[in-house]
Amino acid sequence: MQMRAPKGVMVLGQTDGEDPRENIIICRCNEVTQKDVEDLIDRGITDIEEIKRLLRIGMGPCQGRTCIPLVMGIIARKTGRRMEDIKVPATRVPIRPVPAGVLVGELDEE
Amino acid sequence: MRSRADVVVIGGGIVGLSTAYHLAKLGADVVVLEKGYVGSGSTFRCASGIRAQFTDEANVKLMKYSVKRWKELSDELGYDVGFVQTGYLFLATTEDEADVFRRTVKLHRRLGLGTRIIDMDEAREIVPILNTEPFILGQWNPEDGKASPFKSTFAFLMRAREMGVEVHEYTPVTAILVENGEVMGVKAGDRTIKADAVLNATNAWAPLVNEMAGLDRELIPIKPFKHQLVKTEPIKPGLVNPLVSPPSWNDSYIIQDAEDGGVIGGAGVEHGPTYDVTPTYDFLREVVRWMTRIAPPLKYVHIIRQWAGFYAKTPDSNPVMGEIKYVNGLYIAAGFSGHGFMMAPGVSEAMADLIMKGRTKVPLDWEWYDPHRFERGELRTSAFQIG
Ligand SMILES: Cc1cc2nc3c(=O)[nH]c(=O)nc-3n(C[C@H](O)[C@H](O)[C@H](O)COP(=O)(O)OP(=O)(O)OC[C@H]3O[C@@H](n4cnc5c(N)ncnc54)[C@H](O)[C@@H]3O)c2cc1C
Ligand code: FES
Repeated sequence: MQMRAPKGVMVLGQTDGEDPRENIIICRCNEVTQKDVEDLIDRGITDIEEIKRLLRIGMGPCQGRTCIPLVMGIIARKTGRRMEDIKVPATRVPIRPVPAGVLVGELDEE
Repeated sequence: MRSRADVVVIGGGIVGLSTAYHLAKLGADVVVLEKGYVGSGSTFRCASGIRAQFTDEANVKLMKYSVKRWKELSDELGYDVGFVQTGYLFLATTEDEADVFRRTVKLHRRLGLGTRIIDMDEAREIVPILNTEPFILGQWNPEDGKASPFKSTFAFLMRAREMGVEVHEYTPVTAILVENGEVMGVKAGDRTIKADAVLNATNAWAPLVNEMAGLDRELIPIKPFKHQLVKTEPIKPGLVNPLVSPPSWNDSYIIQDAEDGGVIGGAGVEHGPTYDVTPTYDFLREVVRWMTRIAPPLKYVHIIRQWAGFYAKTPDSNPVMGEIKYVNGLYIAAGFSGHGFMMAPGVSEAMADLIMKGRTKVPLDWEWYDPHRFERGELRTSAFQIG
Protein backbone atom coordinates (compact mmCIF):
# COMPACT_ATOMS: atom_id res chain seq x y z
CA MET A 1 0.00 0.00 0.00
CA GLN A 2 1.75 3.15 -1.18
CA MET A 3 0.65 6.25 0.69
CA ARG A 4 -0.76 8.91 -1.58
CA ALA A 5 1.14 12.15 -1.24
CA PRO A 6 -0.58 15.52 -1.55
CA LYS A 7 -0.45 17.14 -4.99
CA GLY A 8 2.87 18.69 -5.86
CA VAL A 9 4.65 16.78 -3.09
CA MET A 10 7.69 14.83 -4.17
CA VAL A 11 7.69 11.16 -3.17
CA LEU A 12 11.34 10.17 -3.01
CA GLY A 13 11.94 6.86 -4.72
CA GLN A 14 8.72 6.88 -6.71
CA THR A 15 8.66 7.67 -10.41
CA ASP A 16 6.10 7.82 -13.16
CA GLY A 17 6.12 8.43 -16.88
CA GLU A 18 7.72 6.52 -19.72
CA ASP A 19 11.31 5.40 -19.48
CA PRO A 20 12.75 2.04 -20.58
CA ARG A 21 14.67 1.79 -17.32
CA GLU A 22 11.32 1.43 -15.56
CA ASN A 23 11.04 -2.01 -17.07
CA ILE A 24 14.28 -3.19 -15.52
CA ILE A 25 13.45 -4.56 -12.11
CA ILE A 26 16.34 -4.39 -9.66
CA CYS A 27 14.55 -5.60 -6.52
CA ARG A 28 11.76 -8.11 -7.09
CA CYS A 29 10.58 -8.22 -3.51
CA ASN A 30 9.71 -4.53 -3.50
CA GLU A 31 9.34 -3.87 -7.24
CA VAL A 32 12.12 -1.35 -7.52
CA THR A 33 13.35 -0.42 -10.98
CA GLN A 34 16.70 0.71 -12.34
CA LYS A 35 15.21 4.16 -12.89
CA ASP A 36 14.18 4.46 -9.22
CA VAL A 37 17.77 3.76 -8.17
CA GLU A 38 19.35 6.08 -10.73
CA ASP A 39 16.97 8.94 -9.92
CA LEU A 40 18.04 8.89 -6.29
CA ILE A 41 21.71 8.86 -7.26
CA ASP A 42 21.05 11.84 -9.55
CA ARG A 43 19.56 13.65 -6.54
CA GLY A 44 22.82 13.15 -4.69
CA ILE A 45 21.83 10.17 -2.58
CA THR A 46 24.67 7.73 -3.32
CA ASP A 47 25.13 5.86 -0.03
CA ILE A 48 23.95 2.26 -0.31
CA GLU A 49 22.54 2.34 3.24
CA GLU A 50 20.41 5.35 2.32
CA ILE A 51 19.29 4.05 -1.09
CA LYS A 52 18.40 0.75 0.55
CA ARG A 53 16.06 2.42 3.02
CA LEU A 54 14.44 4.96 0.73
CA LEU A 55 13.62 2.34 -1.87
CA ARG A 56 13.31 -0.58 0.56
CA ILE A 57 15.80 -2.58 -1.40
CA GLY A 58 17.25 -5.64 0.31
CA MET A 59 14.53 -5.59 2.95
CA GLY A 60 12.27 -8.16 1.34
CA PRO A 61 11.92 -11.85 2.16
CA CYS A 62 15.04 -12.72 0.11
CA GLN A 63 17.17 -10.40 2.26
CA GLY A 64 18.61 -8.68 -0.78
CA ARG A 65 20.72 -11.53 -2.04
CA THR A 66 20.11 -10.60 -5.67
CA CYS A 67 19.29 -6.91 -5.58
CA ILE A 68 22.05 -5.55 -3.33
CA PRO A 69 24.88 -6.54 -5.72
CA LEU A 70 22.91 -4.98 -8.59
CA VAL A 71 22.50 -1.72 -6.71
CA MET A 72 26.19 -1.70 -5.83
CA GLY A 73 26.94 -2.09 -9.52
CA ILE A 74 24.76 0.90 -10.43
CA ILE A 75 26.34 3.06 -7.72
CA ALA A 76 29.81 2.09 -8.91
CA ARG A 77 28.96 2.90 -12.53
CA LYS A 78 27.22 6.21 -11.82
CA THR A 79 29.64 7.58 -9.24
CA GLY A 80 32.87 6.19 -10.65
CA ARG A 81 33.61 4.38 -7.40
CA ARG A 82 35.03 0.86 -7.36
CA MET A 83 32.74 -2.01 -6.25
CA GLU A 84 35.30 -2.95 -3.58
CA ASP A 85 34.95 0.50 -2.00
CA ILE A 86 31.20 0.22 -1.49
CA LYS A 87 30.44 -1.32 1.88
CA VAL A 88 28.03 -4.26 1.74
CA PRO A 89 25.11 -3.60 4.15
CA ALA A 90 24.94 -5.99 7.10
CA THR A 91 22.56 -8.92 6.68
CA ARG A 92 19.85 -8.98 9.29
CA VAL A 93 19.04 -12.08 11.31
CA PRO A 94 17.23 -14.43 10.94
CA ILE A 95 19.31 -15.37 7.90
CA ARG A 96 16.42 -17.46 6.61
CA PRO A 97 12.78 -16.41 7.25
CA VAL A 98 11.00 -18.52 9.92
CA PRO A 99 7.26 -18.74 10.59
CA ALA A 100 6.54 -17.00 13.90
CA GLY A 101 4.69 -20.09 15.18
CA VAL A 102 7.85 -22.19 14.88
CA LEU A 103 9.71 -19.82 17.19
CA VAL A 104 7.14 -20.27 19.95
CA GLY A 105 6.94 -24.04 19.44
CA GLU A 106 3.38 -24.01 18.13
CA LEU A 107 4.16 -24.88 14.53
CA ASP A 108 6.62 -27.29 12.90
CA GLU A 109 9.08 -26.00 10.35
CA GLU A 110 7.63 -26.58 6.87
CA MET B 1 33.04 22.82 4.26
CA ARG B 2 32.15 26.22 5.69
CA SER B 3 34.54 27.44 8.40
CA ARG B 4 31.89 29.59 10.10
CA ALA B 5 28.22 29.08 10.86
CA ASP B 6 25.59 30.62 13.09
CA VAL B 7 24.72 27.20 14.43
CA VAL B 8 26.46 23.83 14.26
CA VAL B 9 24.16 20.86 14.83
CA ILE B 10 25.91 17.68 15.99
CA GLY B 11 23.95 14.58 14.92
CA GLY B 12 22.05 13.90 11.69
CA GLY B 13 19.07 11.98 13.05
CA ILE B 14 15.48 13.19 12.78
CA VAL B 15 15.98 15.69 15.62
CA GLY B 16 19.19 17.25 14.26
CA LEU B 17 17.91 17.48 10.69
CA SER B 18 14.49 18.86 11.58
CA THR B 19 16.10 21.45 13.86
CA ALA B 20 18.47 22.44 11.04
CA TYR B 21 15.44 22.95 8.81
CA HIS B 22 13.65 25.14 11.36
CA LEU B 23 16.85 27.13 11.99
CA ALA B 24 17.25 27.77 8.27
CA LYS B 25 13.64 28.94 8.16
CA LEU B 26 14.61 31.59 10.72
CA GLY B 27 17.47 32.69 8.48
CA ALA B 28 20.39 30.97 10.23
CA ASP B 29 23.52 29.62 8.53
CA VAL B 30 23.61 26.01 9.65
CA VAL B 31 26.06 23.12 9.39
CA VAL B 32 25.05 19.60 10.43
CA LEU B 33 27.78 17.07 11.21
CA GLU B 34 26.90 13.36 11.34
CA LYS B 35 29.38 10.64 12.22
CA GLY B 36 27.74 7.96 10.05
CA TYR B 37 25.04 8.37 7.42
CA VAL B 38 21.88 10.35 8.24
CA GLY B 39 19.45 8.33 10.34
CA SER B 40 22.09 5.72 11.19
CA GLY B 41 21.77 6.28 14.95
CA SER B 42 18.34 5.36 16.26
CA THR B 43 16.06 7.08 13.75
CA PHE B 44 16.20 4.40 11.01
CA ARG B 45 15.79 1.69 13.67
CA CYS B 46 12.57 2.94 15.23
CA ALA B 47 9.06 1.54 15.08
CA SER B 48 7.63 4.70 13.43
CA GLY B 49 4.83 5.21 15.98
CA ILE B 50 3.43 8.69 16.71
CA ARG B 51 1.04 9.27 19.60
CA ALA B 52 -0.30 12.06 21.76
CA GLN B 53 -1.50 9.47 24.31
CA PHE B 54 0.93 10.14 27.14
CA THR B 55 0.06 10.09 30.83
CA ASP B 56 1.25 13.58 31.81
CA GLU B 57 0.32 17.05 30.67
CA ALA B 58 3.71 18.18 29.31
CA ASN B 59 4.11 15.26 26.92
CA VAL B 60 0.46 15.31 25.83
CA LYS B 61 0.66 19.01 24.95
CA LEU B 62 3.96 18.71 23.09
CA MET B 63 2.72 15.65 21.19
CA LYS B 64 -0.65 17.17 20.36
CA TYR B 65 1.25 19.99 18.71
CA SER B 66 3.68 17.58 17.01
CA VAL B 67 0.81 15.57 15.51
CA LYS B 68 -0.59 18.79 14.06
CA ARG B 69 2.86 19.50 12.58
CA TRP B 70 3.21 15.94 11.19
CA LYS B 71 0.00 16.56 9.24
CA GLU B 72 1.43 19.71 7.65
CA LEU B 73 4.95 18.53 6.92
CA SER B 74 4.60 16.84 3.51
CA ASP B 75 3.10 20.02 2.04
CA GLU B 76 5.46 22.35 3.86
CA LEU B 77 8.66 20.48 2.97
CA GLY B 78 7.61 19.52 -0.53
CA TYR B 79 8.61 15.91 0.14
CA ASP B 80 6.34 13.17 1.41
CA VAL B 81 6.95 12.14 5.05
CA GLY B 82 4.52 9.20 4.89
CA PHE B 83 2.40 10.33 7.86
CA VAL B 84 -0.92 8.51 8.33
CA GLN B 85 -3.38 8.77 11.21
CA THR B 86 -4.05 5.11 11.89
CA GLY B 87 -4.39 5.43 15.66
CA TYR B 88 -2.95 3.81 18.80
CA LEU B 89 -4.89 1.12 20.64
CA PHE B 90 -3.88 0.20 24.18
CA LEU B 91 -5.49 -2.93 25.64
CA ALA B 92 -6.26 -3.61 29.31
CA THR B 93 -5.94 -7.13 30.73
CA THR B 94 -7.18 -6.41 34.30
CA GLU B 95 -9.87 -4.29 35.97
CA ASP B 96 -7.18 -2.21 37.72
CA GLU B 97 -5.60 -1.43 34.40
CA ALA B 98 -9.00 -0.60 32.91
CA ASP B 99 -9.42 2.00 35.69
CA VAL B 100 -6.07 3.55 34.86
CA PHE B 101 -7.17 3.77 31.21
CA ARG B 102 -10.43 5.49 32.22
CA ARG B 103 -8.51 8.08 34.24
CA THR B 104 -6.07 8.63 31.38
CA VAL B 105 -8.95 9.23 28.98
CA LYS B 106 -10.24 11.94 31.34
CA LEU B 107 -6.86 13.68 31.27
CA HIS B 108 -6.73 13.42 27.47
CA ARG B 109 -10.24 14.85 27.12
CA ARG B 110 -9.35 17.78 29.31
CA LEU B 111 -6.32 18.47 27.10
CA GLY B 112 -8.34 18.22 23.91
CA LEU B 113 -7.43 14.76 22.59
CA GLY B 114 -10.04 12.50 21.00
CA THR B 115 -9.09 9.46 23.10
CA ARG B 116 -11.96 7.18 24.18
CA ILE B 117 -12.65 3.81 25.76
CA ILE B 118 -13.83 1.17 23.30
CA ASP B 119 -15.15 -2.37 23.73
CA MET B 120 -13.68 -5.43 22.10
CA ASP B 121 -16.20 -5.52 19.25
CA GLU B 122 -15.07 -2.13 18.11
CA ALA B 123 -11.44 -3.11 18.67
CA ARG B 124 -11.98 -6.10 16.37
CA GLU B 125 -13.34 -3.82 13.67
CA ILE B 126 -10.25 -1.67 13.88
CA VAL B 127 -7.83 -4.63 13.98
CA PRO B 128 -9.43 -7.57 12.14
CA ILE B 129 -6.90 -10.18 13.35
CA LEU B 130 -7.02 -9.12 17.03
CA ASN B 131 -7.46 -11.78 19.72
CA THR B 132 -10.20 -10.07 21.76
CA GLU B 133 -10.55 -12.78 24.42
CA PRO B 134 -7.78 -11.71 26.88
CA PHE B 135 -8.74 -8.04 26.96
CA ILE B 136 -11.32 -6.06 28.92
CA LEU B 137 -11.36 -2.83 26.96
CA GLY B 138 -9.28 -0.57 24.78
CA GLN B 139 -7.99 2.99 25.05
CA TRP B 140 -8.20 4.32 21.53
CA ASN B 141 -7.07 7.54 19.86
CA PRO B 142 -7.69 7.55 16.10
CA GLU B 143 -5.60 10.70 15.63
CA ASP B 144 -2.33 9.03 16.60
CA GLY B 145 -0.45 7.37 13.78
CA LYS B 146 2.85 6.62 12.13
CA ALA B 147 5.24 8.08 9.55
CA SER B 148 8.11 6.74 7.50
CA PRO B 149 11.39 7.27 9.39
CA PHE B 150 13.22 7.05 6.08
CA LYS B 151 11.07 9.43 4.07
CA SER B 152 10.71 11.98 6.85
CA THR B 153 14.45 12.08 7.55
CA PHE B 154 15.20 12.60 3.87
CA ALA B 155 12.39 15.14 3.53
CA PHE B 156 14.04 17.33 6.19
CA LEU B 157 17.49 16.65 4.70
CA MET B 158 16.53 17.56 1.14
CA ARG B 159 14.55 20.67 2.11
CA ALA B 160 17.26 21.86 4.51
CA ARG B 161 19.90 21.47 1.79
CA GLU B 162 17.75 23.44 -0.65
CA MET B 163 17.62 26.19 1.98
CA GLY B 164 21.40 26.32 2.19
CA VAL B 165 22.08 24.03 5.16
CA GLU B 166 25.35 22.08 4.84
CA VAL B 167 25.01 18.46 5.95
CA HIS B 168 28.23 16.44 6.18
CA GLU B 169 27.99 12.70 6.66
CA TYR B 170 30.80 10.45 7.92
CA THR B 171 32.12 13.49 9.82
CA PRO B 172 32.33 12.85 13.58
CA VAL B 173 32.74 15.87 15.82
CA THR B 174 35.86 15.31 17.93
CA ALA B 175 36.00 18.47 20.06
CA ILE B 176 33.85 21.41 21.17
CA LEU B 177 35.70 24.68 21.49
CA VAL B 178 34.89 26.59 24.67
CA GLU B 179 36.51 29.83 25.88
CA ASN B 180 35.59 31.57 29.15
CA GLY B 181 32.36 29.61 29.40
CA GLU B 182 31.28 30.47 25.82
CA VAL B 183 30.99 28.01 22.99
CA MET B 184 33.25 29.04 20.06
CA GLY B 185 32.68 26.18 17.61
CA VAL B 186 33.58 22.56 16.99
CA LYS B 187 36.35 20.44 15.54
CA ALA B 188 35.83 17.47 13.27
CA GLY B 189 39.27 15.92 12.99
CA ASP B 190 41.58 18.63 11.68
CA ARG B 191 38.74 20.87 10.47
CA THR B 192 37.40 23.70 12.64
CA ILE B 193 34.01 25.37 12.32
CA LYS B 194 33.45 28.55 14.33
CA ALA B 195 29.88 29.01 15.55
CA ASP B 196 27.80 31.15 17.90
CA ALA B 197 25.71 28.19 19.00
CA VAL B 198 26.13 24.42 19.04
CA LEU B 199 23.31 21.91 19.43
CA ASN B 200 23.99 18.45 20.83
CA ALA B 201 21.43 16.31 18.96
CA THR B 202 23.25 13.00 19.37
CA ASN B 203 20.67 11.31 21.64
CA ALA B 204 22.29 8.03 22.76
CA TRP B 205 25.76 9.55 22.37
CA ALA B 206 24.93 12.87 24.05
CA PRO B 207 27.01 12.32 27.24
CA LEU B 208 30.13 11.68 25.13
CA VAL B 209 29.52 14.93 23.24
CA ASN B 210 28.89 16.86 26.47
CA GLU B 211 32.25 15.56 27.66
CA MET B 212 33.88 17.23 24.64
CA ALA B 213 32.73 20.55 26.10
CA GLY B 214 34.41 19.74 29.40
CA LEU B 215 31.23 18.62 31.14
CA ASP B 216 30.98 15.51 33.29
CA ARG B 217 29.29 12.59 31.52
CA GLU B 218 27.02 12.11 34.49
CA LEU B 219 25.87 15.74 34.57
CA ILE B 220 23.04 14.89 32.20
CA PRO B 221 22.82 11.15 32.79
CA ILE B 222 21.61 9.71 29.47
CA LYS B 223 22.33 5.98 29.02
CA PRO B 224 22.08 3.84 25.85
CA PHE B 225 19.86 0.75 26.19
CA LYS B 226 19.50 -1.78 23.40
CA HIS B 227 15.90 -2.21 22.20
CA GLN B 228 14.90 -4.46 19.34
CA LEU B 229 12.25 -5.03 16.70
CA VAL B 230 11.25 -7.81 14.34
CA LYS B 231 9.42 -7.54 11.07
CA THR B 232 7.28 -10.08 9.24
CA GLU B 233 6.86 -10.64 5.54
CA PRO B 234 4.15 -8.41 4.01
CA ILE B 235 0.56 -9.28 4.90
CA LYS B 236 -2.70 -7.84 3.61
CA PRO B 237 -2.80 -4.05 4.15
CA GLY B 238 -5.06 -2.88 6.94
CA LEU B 239 -4.89 -5.93 9.21
CA VAL B 240 -2.90 -4.06 11.91
CA ASN B 241 -3.21 -0.41 10.92
CA PRO B 242 -2.83 1.14 14.39
CA LEU B 243 -0.12 0.47 16.92
CA VAL B 244 -1.67 -2.15 19.21
CA SER B 245 -0.24 -2.69 22.67
CA PRO B 246 -1.26 -4.45 25.88
CA PRO B 247 1.18 -2.66 28.24
CA SER B 248 0.87 -5.41 30.88
CA TRP B 249 2.24 -7.96 28.39
CA ASN B 250 5.78 -6.71 28.83
CA ASP B 251 5.13 -3.50 26.86
CA SER B 252 4.74 -5.55 23.69
CA TYR B 253 3.27 -4.01 20.55
CA ILE B 254 2.56 -4.63 16.89
CA ILE B 255 2.17 -2.12 14.04
CA GLN B 256 1.95 -2.65 10.30
CA ASP B 257 4.32 -0.79 8.01
CA ALA B 258 2.04 1.39 5.88
CA GLU B 259 4.33 1.06 2.89
CA ASP B 260 5.47 -2.54 2.59
CA GLY B 261 2.76 -4.26 4.66
CA GLY B 262 5.13 -6.10 7.02
CA VAL B 263 4.15 -6.21 10.70
CA ILE B 264 6.69 -4.75 13.12
CA GLY B 265 6.78 -6.18 16.64
CA GLY B 266 8.44 -4.83 19.78
CA ALA B 267 8.61 -5.68 23.48
CA GLY B 268 10.11 -4.38 26.69
CA VAL B 269 13.24 -6.53 26.55
CA GLU B 270 16.13 -4.26 27.41
CA HIS B 271 19.90 -4.78 27.42
CA GLY B 272 22.53 -2.38 28.66
CA PRO B 273 23.71 0.24 29.10
CA THR B 274 25.59 -0.69 25.93
CA TYR B 275 26.53 0.61 22.50
CA ASP B 276 26.17 -2.90 21.04
CA VAL B 277 23.42 -3.44 18.43
CA THR B 278 23.65 -7.21 17.94
CA PRO B 279 20.14 -8.72 17.87
CA THR B 280 19.51 -11.32 20.59
CA TYR B 281 17.55 -14.57 20.66
CA ASP B 282 15.86 -13.88 24.01
CA PHE B 283 14.14 -10.88 22.44
CA LEU B 284 13.07 -12.84 19.37
CA ARG B 285 11.43 -15.55 21.50
CA GLU B 286 9.74 -13.04 23.77
CA VAL B 287 8.38 -10.71 21.10
CA VAL B 288 7.02 -13.50 18.92
CA ARG B 289 5.24 -15.01 21.93
CA TRP B 290 3.37 -11.75 22.54
CA MET B 291 2.78 -10.94 18.86
CA THR B 292 1.10 -14.29 18.24
CA ARG B 293 -1.04 -13.86 21.37
CA ILE B 294 -2.17 -10.37 20.34
CA ALA B 295 -2.91 -11.51 16.77
CA PRO B 296 -2.90 -15.33 16.49
CA PRO B 297 -2.88 -15.48 12.65
CA LEU B 298 0.66 -14.04 12.80
CA LYS B 299 1.76 -17.59 13.73
CA TYR B 300 1.66 -18.48 10.07
CA VAL B 301 3.62 -15.45 8.93
CA HIS B 302 7.39 -15.49 8.44
CA ILE B 303 9.68 -13.29 10.50
CA ILE B 304 12.13 -11.86 7.99
CA ARG B 305 14.15 -9.29 9.91
CA GLN B 306 15.32 -8.45 13.40
CA TRP B 307 17.37 -5.43 14.39
CA ALA B 308 18.37 -3.31 17.38
CA GLY B 309 18.80 0.35 18.21
CA PHE B 310 19.00 2.55 21.29
CA TYR B 311 16.58 3.99 23.75
CA ALA B 312 18.64 6.92 25.08
CA LYS B 313 17.23 6.85 28.59
CA THR B 314 17.24 9.46 31.31
CA PRO B 315 16.47 8.53 34.94
CA ASP B 316 12.81 9.59 34.45
CA SER B 317 12.43 8.52 30.80
CA ASN B 318 11.72 12.10 29.74
CA PRO B 319 14.04 13.93 27.34
CA VAL B 320 16.23 16.91 28.13
CA MET B 321 15.87 20.08 26.08
CA GLY B 322 17.32 23.52 26.54
CA GLU B 323 20.55 25.44 26.99
CA ILE B 324 23.27 23.90 29.14
CA LYS B 325 23.80 26.61 31.71
CA TYR B 326 27.53 25.96 32.24
CA VAL B 327 28.48 26.76 28.62
CA ASN B 328 26.84 29.75 26.94
CA GLY B 329 25.58 28.83 23.49
CA LEU B 330 25.64 25.05 24.03
CA TYR B 331 22.20 23.50 23.63
CA ILE B 332 20.91 19.96 23.99
CA ALA B 333 17.88 18.02 22.77
CA ALA B 334 18.47 14.37 23.67
CA GLY B 335 17.60 11.47 25.95
CA PHE B 336 14.34 10.73 24.15
CA SER B 337 13.93 7.41 25.98
CA GLY B 338 12.19 5.66 23.08
CA HIS B 339 9.93 8.42 21.76
CA GLY B 340 12.09 10.93 19.95
CA PHE B 341 10.88 10.22 16.45
CA MET B 342 7.30 11.26 17.14
CA MET B 343 8.35 14.42 19.02
CA ALA B 344 10.85 15.71 16.50
CA PRO B 345 8.53 18.20 14.72
CA GLY B 346 7.57 20.04 17.93
CA VAL B 347 10.96 19.71 19.59
CA SER B 348 12.90 20.97 16.57
CA GLU B 349 10.72 24.02 16.02
CA ALA B 350 10.97 24.94 19.71
CA MET B 351 14.74 24.39 19.81
CA ALA B 352 15.28 26.55 16.70
CA ASP B 353 13.14 29.30 18.26
CA LEU B 354 15.04 29.06 21.54
CA ILE B 355 18.43 29.27 19.83
CA MET B 356 17.52 32.15 17.51
CA LYS B 357 14.96 34.14 19.53
CA GLY B 358 15.20 32.91 23.11
CA ARG B 359 11.49 32.06 23.22
CA THR B 360 8.89 29.99 21.37
CA LYS B 361 5.17 29.65 20.80
CA VAL B 362 5.44 25.86 20.68
CA PRO B 363 3.70 24.45 23.78
CA LEU B 364 6.89 22.98 25.21
CA ASP B 365 7.26 23.08 29.00
CA TRP B 366 10.95 23.99 29.37
CA GLU B 367 10.82 23.48 33.12
CA TRP B 368 9.58 19.88 32.71
CA TYR B 369 12.38 18.99 30.28
CA ASP B 370 15.10 21.04 32.05
CA PRO B 371 18.50 19.38 31.43
CA HIS B 372 19.58 20.32 34.95
CA ARG B 373 16.69 18.72 36.87
CA PHE B 374 18.75 15.65 37.81
CA GLU B 375 21.34 17.82 39.57
CA ARG B 376 18.51 19.03 41.78
CA GLY B 377 17.36 15.46 42.37
CA GLU B 378 14.07 16.02 40.54
CA LEU B 379 12.38 13.30 38.50
CA ARG B 380 9.31 13.68 36.30
CA THR B 381 6.62 11.00 36.46
CA SER B 382 7.57 8.41 33.88
CA ALA B 383 5.71 8.48 30.61
CA PHE B 384 4.83 5.11 29.03
CA GLN B 385 7.84 3.83 27.20
CA ILE B 386 6.07 2.11 24.37
CA GLY B 387 7.02 3.44 20.92
C1 LIG C 1 13.54 -0.41 18.73
C2 LIG C 1 13.17 1.05 18.79
C3 LIG C 1 11.85 1.44 18.57
C4 LIG C 1 11.51 2.79 18.63
N1 LIG C 1 10.23 3.15 18.33
C5 LIG C 1 9.88 4.46 18.35
C6 LIG C 1 8.58 4.87 17.97
O1 LIG C 1 7.71 4.04 17.60
N2 LIG C 1 8.27 6.20 18.02
C7 LIG C 1 9.20 7.13 18.42
O2 LIG C 1 8.87 8.30 18.47
N3 LIG C 1 10.46 6.76 18.75
C8 LIG C 1 10.81 5.45 18.72
N4 LIG C 1 12.10 5.09 19.05
C9 LIG C 1 13.04 6.13 19.49
C10 LIG C 1 13.60 6.92 18.32
O3 LIG C 1 14.27 6.05 17.43
C11 LIG C 1 14.59 7.97 18.82
O4 LIG C 1 14.11 8.63 19.96
C12 LIG C 1 14.85 9.02 17.75
O5 LIG C 1 15.24 8.39 16.55
C13 LIG C 1 15.91 9.99 18.22
O6 LIG C 1 16.31 10.80 17.14
P1 LIG C 1 17.63 11.64 17.29
O7 LIG C 1 17.79 12.40 16.05
O8 LIG C 1 17.61 12.34 18.59
O9 LIG C 1 18.76 10.51 17.48
P2 LIG C 1 19.56 9.63 16.40
O10 LIG C 1 18.72 9.22 15.26
O11 LIG C 1 20.25 8.56 17.16
O12 LIG C 1 20.61 10.67 15.85
C14 LIG C 1 21.75 11.04 16.57
C15 LIG C 1 22.91 11.03 15.59
O13 LIG C 1 24.08 11.58 16.20
C16 LIG C 1 25.19 10.98 15.58
N5 LIG C 1 26.39 11.21 16.38
C17 LIG C 1 26.73 10.65 17.56
N6 LIG C 1 27.92 11.12 17.98
C18 LIG C 1 28.34 12.01 17.04
C19 LIG C 1 29.51 12.82 16.89
N7 LIG C 1 30.49 12.83 17.81
N8 LIG C 1 29.61 13.62 15.79
C20 LIG C 1 28.63 13.62 14.85
N9 LIG C 1 27.52 12.87 14.94
C21 LIG C 1 27.37 12.07 16.02
C22 LIG C 1 24.78 9.53 15.47
O14 LIG C 1 25.52 8.84 14.49
C23 LIG C 1 23.30 9.63 15.14
O15 LIG C 1 23.04 9.51 13.76
C24 LIG C 1 12.48 3.76 18.97
C25 LIG C 1 13.80 3.36 19.18
C26 LIG C 1 14.15 2.03 19.09
C27 LIG C 1 15.58 1.63 19.31
S1 FES D 1 14.95 -8.76 -4.38
FE1 FES D 1 15.41 -7.07 -3.14
S2 FES D 1 14.95 -7.77 -1.17
FE2 FES D 1 14.42 -9.44 -2.40
